[in-house]
Amino acid sequence: MMKTNNVILETATKVIVFIILLFSVYMFFAGHYEPGGGFIGGLMASGAIVLLLIAYDIKTVTTILPFDFKKVTAVGLLFAAGTAAGGLLFDKPMLTHWFTYVNPPLLGKMSLHTAVLFDIGVFLVVVGVTMTIIQTIGESE
Amino acid sequence: MSLLHLAIISPLILAIFIPFVHKTFPKIHTGWFLLPLPVLLFAYFLSFLSTTINGQTTMETLAWIPTLGINFTVRLDGLGLLFAMLITGIGALVVLYSIYYLSKEKEKLNQFYVYLLLFMGAMLGVVLSDNLIVLYAFWELTSFSSFLLIGYWNHRERSRYGAQKSMLITVFGGLSMLGGIILLYLMTGTFSISEAIVLADVIVNHELFTAALLCFLLGAFTKSAQFPFHIWLPDAMEAPTPVSAYLHSATMVKAGIYLVARLTPIFALSGLWIWLVAGIGILTLFWGSFNAVKHTDLKGILAYSTISQLGLIMSLLGLGAASLHYSTIDAGFYTVAVSAAVFHLLNHATFKGSLFMMVGIVDHETGTRDIRNLGGLMTIMPITFTIAIIGAFSMAGLPPFNGFLSKEMFFTGMLRAQEIGFFNMGTLGILFPIIAWVASVFTFIYSMIIVFKTFTGKFQPEKLKVKPHEAPLGLLISPVILVSLVVIIGLFPNLVAPLINTVMASILPGMEFDVHIYHWHGFNTELFMTIGVILAGILLYKFMPKWTGVYTRMPERFSFNSAYDNGLAAIQKGANRFTNAYMTNSIRTYLIYIFAFFIFTLGTTLIVKNAFTLDTSNVASIHAFEVVLVVIIAVGSISILFAKSRMTTIILLGAVGYSVSLFYAIFRAPDLALTQLVIETVSVALFLLVFYHLPKVSRHEETRQFKMGNAIISVGVGVVVTMIALSAHSGKAFDSISQYYIENTYKKAAGENMVNVILVDFRGFDTLFEIAVLAIAALGIFSLIKLRLTRGKEQ
Amino acid sequence: MEILMSFLIGIIFMSATYLMLSKSLLRIIVGTGLLSHGVHLLLLTMGGLKKGAAPLLGQHAEAYTDPLPQALILTAIVIAFGITALFLVVAYRTYQELGSDNMELMRGKEGNE
Repeated sequence: MMKTNNVILETATKVIVFIILLFSVYMFFAGHYEPGGGFIGGLMASGAIVLLLIAYDIKTVTTILPFDFKKVTAVGLLFAAGTAAGGLLFDKPMLTHWFTYVNPPLLGKMSLHTAVLFDIGVFLVVVGVTMTIIQTIGESE
Repeated sequence: MSLLHLAIISPLILAIFIPFVHKTFPKIHTGWFLLPLPVLLFAYFLSFLSTTINGQTTMETLAWIPTLGINFTVRLDGLGLLFAMLITGIGALVVLYSIYYLSKEKEKLNQFYVYLLLFMGAMLGVVLSDNLIVLYAFWELTSFSSFLLIGYWNHRERSRYGAQKSMLITVFGGLSMLGGIILLYLMTGTFSISEAIVLADVIVNHELFTAALLCFLLGAFTKSAQFPFHIWLPDAMEAPTPVSAYLHSATMVKAGIYLVARLTPIFALSGLWIWLVAGIGILTLFWGSFNAVKHTDLKGILAYSTISQLGLIMSLLGLGAASLHYSTIDAGFYTVAVSAAVFHLLNHATFKGSLFMMVGIVDHETGTRDIRNLGGLMTIMPITFTIAIIGAFSMAGLPPFNGFLSKEMFFTGMLRAQEIGFFNMGTLGILFPIIAWVASVFTFIYSMIIVFKTFTGKFQPEKLKVKPHEAPLGLLISPVILVSLVVIIGLFPNLVAPLINTVMASILPGMEFDVHIYHWHGFNTELFMTIGVILAGILLYKFMPKWTGVYTRMPERFSFNSAYDNGLAAIQKGANRFTNAYMTNSIRTYLIYIFAFFIFTLGTTLIVKNAFTLDTSNVASIHAFEVVLVVIIAVGSISILFAKSRMTTIILLGAVGYSVSLFYAIFRAPDLALTQLVIETVSVALFLLVFYHLPKVSRHEETRQFKMGNAIISVGVGVVVTMIALSAHSGKAFDSISQYYIENTYKKAAGENMVNVILVDFRGFDTLFEIAVLAIAALGIFSLIKLRLTRGKEQ
Repeated sequence: MEILMSFLIGIIFMSATYLMLSKSLLRIIVGTGLLSHGVHLLLLTMGGLKKGAAPLLGQHAEAYTDPLPQALILTAIVIAFGITALFLVVAYRTYQELGSDNMELMRGKEGNE
């Protein structure tokens, strides 16, 4: 990718990326009740990274985020498939989810849900796939 | 699952382990690990012998697809037991033989034995299944394993040709048999053979009866290499000799015989069945024996001999079926044909198996099977010579071997054909003994050729690739066991009489038998026929050069083989031409096919079926800003068509995408709006990235005609889609299933965002596969770009 | 609104089809992208528009919009993104190897002999 030299963009990106990333995490967890979820969260996170790419260059981003995004994809798939197969251990059909309610102090009533694990898988796959695509294309030539 | 089921699939289970065993113990011949299984199975089936002879039938059922009436039902009666013992018994001998025949250094033994086990399991399945669908599945598996075994030496062109030929012919027969099974099911409502037999009188007048009969016979005739489908068997001789001995003489080719025997109670009430089975059988008998004489390859002679012997058994089964038309007392007169068939089936397996193994030994020790190069081996290979003499004399029908006894019974059966008082048998029946006698003369001649051209005459060591010597002990064990059986059965035939009785009870149910085999019947017609065969045979053998010219009279062009070859070539050529006519390698043409089909089918359905409806009563309100959005999208998508630069195209596509996401927001779909928004952003970035490397959008000099064609098709698609959208909105065929999700989102999944709950919970499988698709797309992109680079570096 | 949307969908399909039939590989890809927009809107319109509140139980509404088409579309959007990306890379590699994006020139040899 072209090396850009844009001070305003670079400075703004430093702040905005964190805001977007934080927002993407919020969106991810909100997903079960409000608009959001693994797809949107994942896409937003990758959007943040794409912004980084545009502001800096691909080498900088690889040093900031030294992940192999193909592995992120694989871990995500494993998460989703593992959660799906988890029901089989309890003699339930595949993809049977389980949930319960807990009352931790300070946070109030909340539910614990295995569907979140599945959604984490979706999140990771979306981030992994998007970044693999962008990085691969960006790095060629 | 019973022990019987396990016995059938045990070869298949063992086959899984063979490659590992082969790899772990490369020093030990893989065959040794195999050998115990057929021996054990043989012993296991032998343990059923006494109970089965007492008339008991063992039946075990394993539910497979019970809703369709398809169950893995195993039925062990006399017929099944005889075949099971042949399969495992000959199987054990063949495996033992193969250990010495196939070198463990040079051959891919892991493959060979996997195929062989595959065949053994499949064949056991064929003869023991009571359910026709299961039988069919195993039947095709035998064709398949036979294909693999014929093509085992796949570097040889002839092997591949033979394998393909056998596959095409037997699978064609198998498919028509499947048709027969379905027709039988339509008539009887069951896939079970034993249940269908009970209904035999009912279905004989059914309109589908003849069609079913022909379909089944096609299956049986192709498998058992009956005229004119016999052409695959000689080419199948490209397989290693142990395979030929096992599949193509003793077991697989008898599957057709088995099928005919098994179905006789169902179909034999029809005259067509009797005529076809007996007629094709006797024709095959003659044609096979006649053609065997002209061959110079020992295995070629044996192949045609097998064809003719199969025809012999087939014709006996056909004539014997006539007994089902008579009352019990008269029937006994005709059942002798069936007892001859069963007896000869057993005998053929013994003498033909030993002959194949003998030929294998000759081939192995001299390097050739051509009788023009062989001769004078009698003193060098005395044991092999003895095996050959016993096997061939038994085949020729000479006393005191078992072949003599079954041949006498065969003549009896044929002579009685004239007595059958219906289906024109009285007049045409005289043909049966005449053809049988002529065929027997040829049988005698080729039997003599096998022995005397190989073992007597002038020894020609200069024509042999290696210096011949007697075979090692291991190669001799199996054929020696088989020829001992030939002699033992020949001397004491009544040892097997109770078994024959039981087998006949399966073929002709509800009849009483008392088979007793005699060596001496007095001076009757049969004996004179045999003497005539021997005299004529010796005469013709002595003066062979004088008359073998008849074979060259038949031009090669009109043979069945060339019909097969030309037919196959024509089919391939036609298919090629047909495919090339519409596969133009132009994406645009294919897309036009798709779109035209889309417009045609959906458009005509909408009009013809009166499906197009327009209902304006239940529509949502329209706001001004929505109209603005509609205009933006419409103008945007149309102006992409006229965009000149890449940048304009991207911007217009982005504008359409963002407007669509606004629509999602308006239409109460917040999840979609968010997703579309982010996706659009990432997509635009992606387009920019790639366009950086790509040329300008060019029109490539599109002509007016080209544009008009495109315009017509695209307007057609647009109109049809609009009509579908309108009709989909206007006509509601049934209530939406969404109410379920609305009600249960909180109750069952403890969530409040229905869309997300559907994605991760209710329809989680879709999502799982969706992310899998995404991952595959990413891997595809990665390999398209990255893997090429590394390959480039290597170059 | 549904009637209006039906016509809009028809227009999108029409433009997409025209683009897909052209000779330039890039225009074909843009066409598929446009086509997926049309399909998504078609799915949404089939389910009925503005029939109630957004499908979030937190809204405590009388009626909700059909959530099923939305779930389908969400899946479809993401898949469409993956496919578009793959197409783009195929186009890019094709151009690199063959030096053209004209489909008519990429037809290869006639027949398979």
